[in-house]
Amino acid sequence: MKDQSFFKRARNNPSFLCGASLVGLIILAAALSSVWTPYPPAAIDIPHKLLAPSPAHWLGTDQLGHDVASQLLAGARVSILVGVIAVGIGVVFGVALGLVAASAKGLVEDAIMRLSDFAFAFPALLLAIMLTAIFGPGVVNAIIAIGIFNVPVFAKVTRAAANGVLAREYILAARAAGKGPVAIALEHVLPNIASTLIVQATIQFAIAVLAEVALSYLGLGAQPPVVSWGRMLSEAQRLMFQAPRLAVFPGLAVILAVLGLNLLGDGLRDLLDPRLRARR
Amino acid sequence: MVLYLLQRIILLVATLVFASVVIFGVLEVLPGNAAQVMLGASATPETVAALARKLGLDQSITARYFAWISGLARGDLGLSYAYGSSIRSLILDRLAVSAPLALIAMALTSVIALSAGVFAAARRNRKSDVAIMAFSQLGLAVPNFWFAIVLVLVFSVWLHIAPSGGFPGWSAGLGPALGALILPAIALGVVQAAILTRVTRSAVVDVLNEDFIRTARAKGVPRRAILWRHALPNALAPILTIMGLQFANLIAGAIIVENVFTLPGIGNLIFQAIANRDVLVVEDCVMLLAAVVIAVNFLVDVACAAIDPRLRRRSA
Repeated sequence: MKDQSFFKRARNNPSFLCGASLVGLIILAAALSSVWTPYPPAAIDIPHKLLAPSPAHWLGTDQLGHDVASQLLAGARVSILVGVIAVGIGVVFGVALGLVAASAKGLVEDAIMRLSDFAFAFPALLLAIMLTAIFGPGVVNAIIAIGIFNVPVFAKVTRAAANGVLAREYILAARAAGKGPVAIALEHVLPNIASTLIVQATIQFAIAVLAEVALSYLGLGAQPPVVSWGRMLSEAQRLMFQAPRLAVFPGLAVILAVLGLNLLGDGLRDLLDPRLRARR
Repeated sequence: MVLYLLQRIILLVATLVFASVVIFGVLEVLPGNAAQVMLGASATPETVAALARKLGLDQSITARYFAWISGLARGDLGLSYAYGSSIRSLILDRLAVSAPLALIAMALTSVIALSAGVFAAARRNRKSDVAIMAFSQLGLAVPNFWFAIVLVLVFSVWLHIAPSGGFPGWSAGLGPALGALILPAIALGVVQAAILTRVTRSAVVDVLNEDFIRTARAKGVPRRAILWRHALPNALAPILTIMGLQFANLIAGAIIVENVFTLPGIGNLIFQAIANRDVLVVEDCVMLLAAVVIAVNFLVDVACAAIDPRLRRRSA
C-alpha cells in the first residue's frame, strides 16, 4: 500500500521525474559506453582532428581527432564511478561514526562531532588538491580525497537522524527485550534513517561529480588515457579560439548530471519526508 | 556574551591547531625524504643530506612542527626553496590579486543572492519565484571554472570587451587592474549566489510566517519596509552562517578560476609550488587559506550571536 502511494506521488513530483530521467540518462550513457561507443574514446586520429559536428562525428572531434561524442559517453562512466565510490566511502565510515556517536552519547559523541566540525571548517577542495598533488594525480587518489570529506557529512546527518529515532518508544521496548546497542543500531535505527541518508547521498553524489571535474580540470584527477569531462574541459580551454564548441559540450554534460542529481535529491526529500512537504 | 565569546575563541584556537596538525601531517607523510623530492632522483646523496640539514629535516617531527608553528606565529614563514625569497613577501604579492578577487566575488554574491532571495520570498510560488528558483537550481549545477570559460568565450573571444586572462598589476592603474578581475569575480560570485539565493529565500519565507510580521502588516507597515526592515534582519543569522561556510568554497573556487584566467594569485602560487616541489610554500599557503576560512567562520558565529541573542543562550 505504501509503495503504491510512493509511485503515485512520484508521478506527480516534477523534481523527481526530471531528476530521475536525467540521472537515468547519464547512467544509461555510462552503461552504453562500457559496451559500445561510436569510436574508441581514446583513439587518436590526427587526419580527422578538429572536425565540426557531422553525421560521422555527431559532436565533432578534438585536436587529436578524438570523437567528442564517444569521449562524453566514456566520461559519464568516470563521473559515476567517482561519485559512487566517494559517496560509498562517506556512507560506510560516516554512518558508522554517526551511529556510534548517537548510541554511545557522552564523551564519544562529543569527540566525533567536534572532529567533524573541524572538517567542515576546512576548505575541502583545498585539501583534496593538496592530497592529489602529494600522492600523485589519478582517479583513485581523487576518489579518496573526495571521499574523505563525505565522512563528516554523513557522520553529522546520521547522528542527528539517529538521535531522533533513539528517542522513540519502540527503541525502549527493544532495549527492554534485551537487545544490545549494536543490534538496535543496525536493526531499528538504520532502516528508519535510510531515507534521510538516501537524500544526502544524492546531494553528495552531485558534489562529488563537481569535485572530480574540478580536480581533473586542474590535472590532478583522471590522467590520459582515462577520459573525464574535467580533462576534456582543460584541453578544450587551450583551443578556445579555434574550437570553442569543445569547451561547451563537456560543460553541458556536467550540468545535466549535477542538475539531475540535485533534482532527484529534492524530489526524494519531498517523497520520503511528508513533513517537509507540508511546510513548503 | 562574554562566556560565549570565550567558548568560541577556545574553539577557534583548537580548530587552527587541528588544521595545522593535519596540513603538517599530510606533508609529513610525503613519500620519501622532502629534500630528495625537491632535488629529484638525479641528486647525489651528499646534496640531499645537505639540503635536509638546511631544511631542518634531521630534527624530530615535533621539533619541526613547533619550529614551523612558532615561525608562523611570529610572521616568519620561512624561505621558498624554488624562488629563494621569503615566503611572506611571495604570499603578500599574490594576496594583492587574490584578496580583492575574493572580496569582489563575495560582494557580488551577497548583492545578487540577497535581492533575488528576498524578491523570491516576497512572491512565493508565483511565476517570478519559480523562475528565480529554476535559475538557482541551474546555478548549483554549473562548475564555476566552466562558467569562467564561457565568460571568456563570450566577452573576450567574441565581443573583445574584456581581457581573456593575465593581470597588469595595480601599478597599471585601478581601471585595467579591476578590469582583469571583473570576469573572474563574476564567474565566482554568480555561481556562488545560487546556493545563497535559496538559503535567503527559505530563511525569509520562514520569518514571513511569523506573528510579528502579521502584526506589522496589520499596523499598515508598507510591504517594502516589512521585507527589508523586519524580515531580512531576522533572517540574517542563517544567511550569514551559510555565507561563512561558502567562503571556503569561494577560496577553493578562486584557486581554480585563477587558473582559468592565469591570474598571479595564491592559487597560482600553490600550483607552481606543487610543480616545483616547494613543500614549505604549499604548507604555508594552505595553512593561510585554512586560517582565513576558519577566522571568517569564527567572525560569522560571533556576528550571528550579536544579531540574535537566542543563539548565545542556546550554546552557553
